[in-house]
Amino acid sequence: MDTLVAQLQRQFRDYTISLYHQLFWYVKGFLDDQFTELKKLQDECSPDFVAEVVSLFFEDCEKLIGNMARALDQTGNVDFSLVGSSVHQLKGSSSSVGAKRVKGLCVTFKECCDSQNFEGCVRCLQQVDIEYKSLKAKLQDLFNLEQQIVQAGGRIPQVDI
Amino acid sequence: DSENGVPASFKVPAGVVHKIFSYKSSVIFCCSQERKIRREMADEVPSLAESKLTALVVDDNFVNQTMHHKLLDRLGIQNDVVCNGQEAVDVHCSGRNYDLILMDMEMPILNGIQATKRLREMGIESKIAGVTTRANEGDKKEFMEAGLNDFQEKPLTISKLLSILHRLDFYVQT
Repeated sequence: MDTLVAQLQRQFRDYTISLYHQLFWYVKGFLDDQFTELKKLQDECSPDFVAEVVSLFFEDCEKLIGNMARALDQTGNVDFSLVGSSVHQLKGSSSSVGAKRVKGLCVTFKECCDSQNFEGCVRCLQQVDIEYKSLKAKLQDLFNLEQQIVQAGGRIPQVDI
Repeated sequence: DSENGVPASFKVPAGVVHKIFSYKSSVIFCCSQERKIRREMADEVPSLAESKLTALVVDDNFVNQTMHHKLLDRLGIQNDVVCNGQEAVDVHCSGRNYDLILMDMEMPILNGIQATKRLREMGIESKIAGVTTRANEGDKKEFMEAGLNDFQEKPLTISKLLSILHRLDFYVQT
């Protein structure tokens, strides 16, 4: 009989793997190796390190996306270099936490800024907004699974990607 | 050529080895003569004893600040964090000094290139490692010429930080 802990651990393992890997050819993984680097830094002294950094990242997303939206809202007088510098910031922080899709979008977004492509920028902004929120929801689910495992008396499995 | 996966050049003479840690597939040699640490990457990072090295993180992004601070912490390197090149200059003007400075390139008020130049002009001889996501050859050259000792592309990892320390000949005491 499958215990609750074993079930939760299996769910956790499967979900983690799905976040890193391509499920279909057109769907990129949400996370890359840098997220694994982040996990390495979590220890007994800082047991919530990953959650804290990830939380900072999502706050950063909100702030930067707000900046970009405001800059793009200046119809007829858009400062593309301002948008570009926010995109650069976002690329930096998404790269630091392993947010693969957000980082990928930032590359395209930067190109649109450099070529002053307004429609392109607006599209990228919408996509980045969707993407970070999607990742936020998925990581929240992952953290919830971790908590459930611990509450059920189990150990969080080490998942090798 | 190697023995047990450790390159022959990393071997130290018998009797000179101060401490050896074996952790999964990683081996750390501490030679009391040279006090140099070399390591192979392991799945998990063992905590190193306090190294008595000091570092300054210069970056305008909170996520990066947190990451770099923690990476240095993990290697036992006491570190301070500032938000831009101007603050990096100011903290030195106030009399603080560091063995290593991790300098981001793009920052407001005073960027990494300007800050590095200013620190060198002030006579600061600390090792400065430029860290940036923007790494085209022109930018890298300009940054290096400002007075860097090393350059590393972000995002930083434990292994990249160890490479920096190794290239800058930093000895970590145990």
